[in-house]
Amino acid sequence: MSDEAATTGKSLLTPFNVIAGIIVIMGLFITVMRFTRGLGAVTNLSDYNPWGIWIGFDLLVGVALAAGGFVTSAAVYIFGMKKYHSAVRPAILTGFLGYAMVVVALNYDVGRPWRLPFPFIVQQGTTSLLFEVAACVALYLTVLFVEFSPAALEWLGLKRARNIIIRLTLLLTIFGVVLSTLHQSSLGALFLIAPSKLHPLWYSPYLPVYFFVSSIIAGLSMVIFESTLSHRYFKDKMDAAHLAEKDEVALGFGKAAALVLAGYFIVKLIGVSQGNGWHLLATSYGAWFLLEMLGFVALPCFLYAVGVREKNLKLIKWTAAWTVLGIIVNRLNVGLIAFNWQLPSAERYFPHWMEIGISVFLVTVGLIAFRFIVTRMPIMYAHKDYDETT
Amino acid sequence: MSISRRKFLGWLGAAGMGTALGKKATAATNKHFKGYANSNGVLYDNTRCIGCRKCELACNKVNELPSPQQSFSDMEVMNVPRRTTAKAYTVVNRYDGIPGAKGPQYRKIQCNHCLEPACASVCFVRAFTKTPKGAVVYDPSVCVGCRYCMVACPFNIPAYEYDNAFSPRVMKCTMCYPRIVKGLLPGCVEICPTGALTYGSRRDLLKIARERIRRFPGRYVDHIYGETEMGGTSWLYLSAVAFNKIGMREDLGVTPAPQFTAGALSAVPIVVGLWPVLLGGIYAINKRREKIAQQEKTQAVDSALEKARAEAAGQLSAAKQKAEAEKTVAIEKAVSKALEEEAEKSAAGTADTRAEDAAKKSSEEES
Ligand code: SF4
Ligand code: SF4
Ligand code: SF4
Repeated sequence: MSDEAATTGKSLLTPFNVIAGIIVIMGLFITVMRFTRGLGAVTNLSDYNPWGIWIGFDLLVGVALAAGGFVTSAAVYIFGMKKYHSAVRPAILTGFLGYAMVVVALNYDVGRPWRLPFPFIVQQGTTSLLFEVAACVALYLTVLFVEFSPAALEWLGLKRARNIIIRLTLLLTIFGVVLSTLHQSSLGALFLIAPSKLHPLWYSPYLPVYFFVSSIIAGLSMVIFESTLSHRYFKDKMDAAHLAEKDEVALGFGKAAALVLAGYFIVKLIGVSQGNGWHLLATSYGAWFLLEMLGFVALPCFLYAVGVREKNLKLIKWTAAWTVLGIIVNRLNVGLIAFNWQLPSAERYFPHWMEIGISVFLVTVGLIAFRFIVTRMPIMYAHKDYDETT
Repeated sequence: MSISRRKFLGWLGAAGMGTALGKKATAATNKHFKGYANSNGVLYDNTRCIGCRKCELACNKVNELPSPQQSFSDMEVMNVPRRTTAKAYTVVNRYDGIPGAKGPQYRKIQCNHCLEPACASVCFVRAFTKTPKGAVVYDPSVCVGCRYCMVACPFNIPAYEYDNAFSPRVMKCTMCYPRIVKGLLPGCVEICPTGALTYGSRRDLLKIARERIRRFPGRYVDHIYGETEMGGTSWLYLSAVAFNKIGMREDLGVTPAPQFTAGALSAVPIVVGLWPVLLGGIYAINKRREKIAQQEKTQAVDSALEKARAEAAGQLSAAKQKAEAEKTVAIEKAVSKALEEEAEKSAAGTADTRAEDAAKKSSEEES
């Protein structure tokens, strides 16, 4: 961060730097606690609640919100929607940093992180959906890294390496979509094993489908949301093509999100009818479920549709932010709130402040990395030495 | 037209794939535990249990667990229901005031050693093994500590050493596996003073249990818990009162846990096999469409250029002709003008000389 100040010539003490600095110091402090005193010292995890927000937020939400990478690259390189080309690199970068954050968070969460390669090199538990998740996340992080690398290589001036990777674009994109389909859905499938613990309104044999479909919604909305924020803070880094396509991206992705949200709403309804869950809607969990379904699925679907029809970019942007929030609500519901719903309230989980601290810390580190990269590498503009359409 | 239809079909196929993911819970391709029909187990008869906590004590001893804060002879701890923890593989709970029950009811909790254990099916390093003896055992030397086993266990049995920073383990009853392979009884079974616990082959235990229910129908509810729950468990229970009155869930169903995830697992090879083909196809179709569009565009551009060129050429020659014509006209004009001028000049010249001559003549005449 110091060379940041040096290159831009601004003072180090910007509000962002000060707040980020405080969070990083706090994060490092908790990190030391976590790895010297154990999970018990920094978390409220218990034998009844083995998974807390490091899984519910960092893993489930993190992976869903990082779906923009595969959604955008698939739209542009497979479905041939070239007009969204300028959205690919920011989406890939967000995805890459998101997955990197997920993997770092897992190192905090598992009891013996240095054994994380064990499922691959020691014994393969192939009956476990977590095995699939772990394998796909590891591979996809690599794919995202390779997909992101041309920007870094252009920055470093390594033309030959960059051109080799660019030639792999289609292969990487297909690989990325396959891996994303698998692990996005498998994150939902993780909970299939526990029908006795997850509330029947959220439990469904369709959980993997729900997670996969909603990850597309998350990806589309995150691209709009991220582009809104970037436009605000990194406008000077955007080239004419990016600025020109930005609104086109919001309209196109907003339209797609409206459609997918409508589909998602329908498959959720089918799930409730198949599970005969109608009577449960009259309970307090039912009210919460209805709020999620109406407030975070039906409402944004409608708002996106209106926004697109009226070309109201402001509405689309706010809807994107709201939808992202809805995805967070959904993942927390499945992972934490509707999970273990039958336990007495004294046994229920609420995160320790240090768990929240680590989550905030990791998101902050991600933001710092994002800023570092977009202020240096050709993410929001095409490098002058390279053909724009590649 | 045909292209967009193919594209549509492609998308339809893609959508169909997505829904296939959730269905077919029975069409598992991934092998799962079948259980061992002849394995051993333990029968716990709640009507014989006096809540002495001796089993807790024995379990603590044989497994070398840390000694508890309150001693095992302290019955106060039973005032609140407890669960298994990293320091207690088994606990006995007391349930008071159950209508129709003669006095307090007890229930011993420990791992049920499921025939098809959820914990084993979800572990991504296969740290759990269902042994042919019946015990479900755990290998701490490979455990990563993801705690998915704890999420998966329908009986909330595995516990974790959260306070251990460097080598935390999942902790649960082993059915005293190290003892039973040596031919010893499980610690808790051995110590039980009333015979509430019986160790033996699961098949025999089921016979014994049925026999007890047959002989004393008034003493037992007519159900052997664990015979079918979650596909069956090696630990079996008899009770004087409904099982849900002593903290045991009756809504778990008879499906073995691995079947819940079998459908999702079987979708993996389908996605891996079909997705690239499908996506590649969509790409190819789009590429082709793009190419055709490109060709059409070049063609259109070419013909437009051609036309423009022809037109331009035509215009040029017309202009040339016109210019030529204009030029000839201009030249002719100029020539004729010059000729005219010349003619006029010469005419005027002769007139002048004539006038001069006349003037000369007249002056000569005057002088
Ligand atoms: S009771 Fe729980 S821990 Fe024991 S074998 Fe069954 S699933 Fe595993
Ligand atoms: S905590 Fe250990 S035993 Fe349990 S599922 Fe994870 S790796 Fe397997
Ligand atoms: S079988 Fe062994 S480990 Fe299990 S409860 Fe009994 S004494 Fe404890």
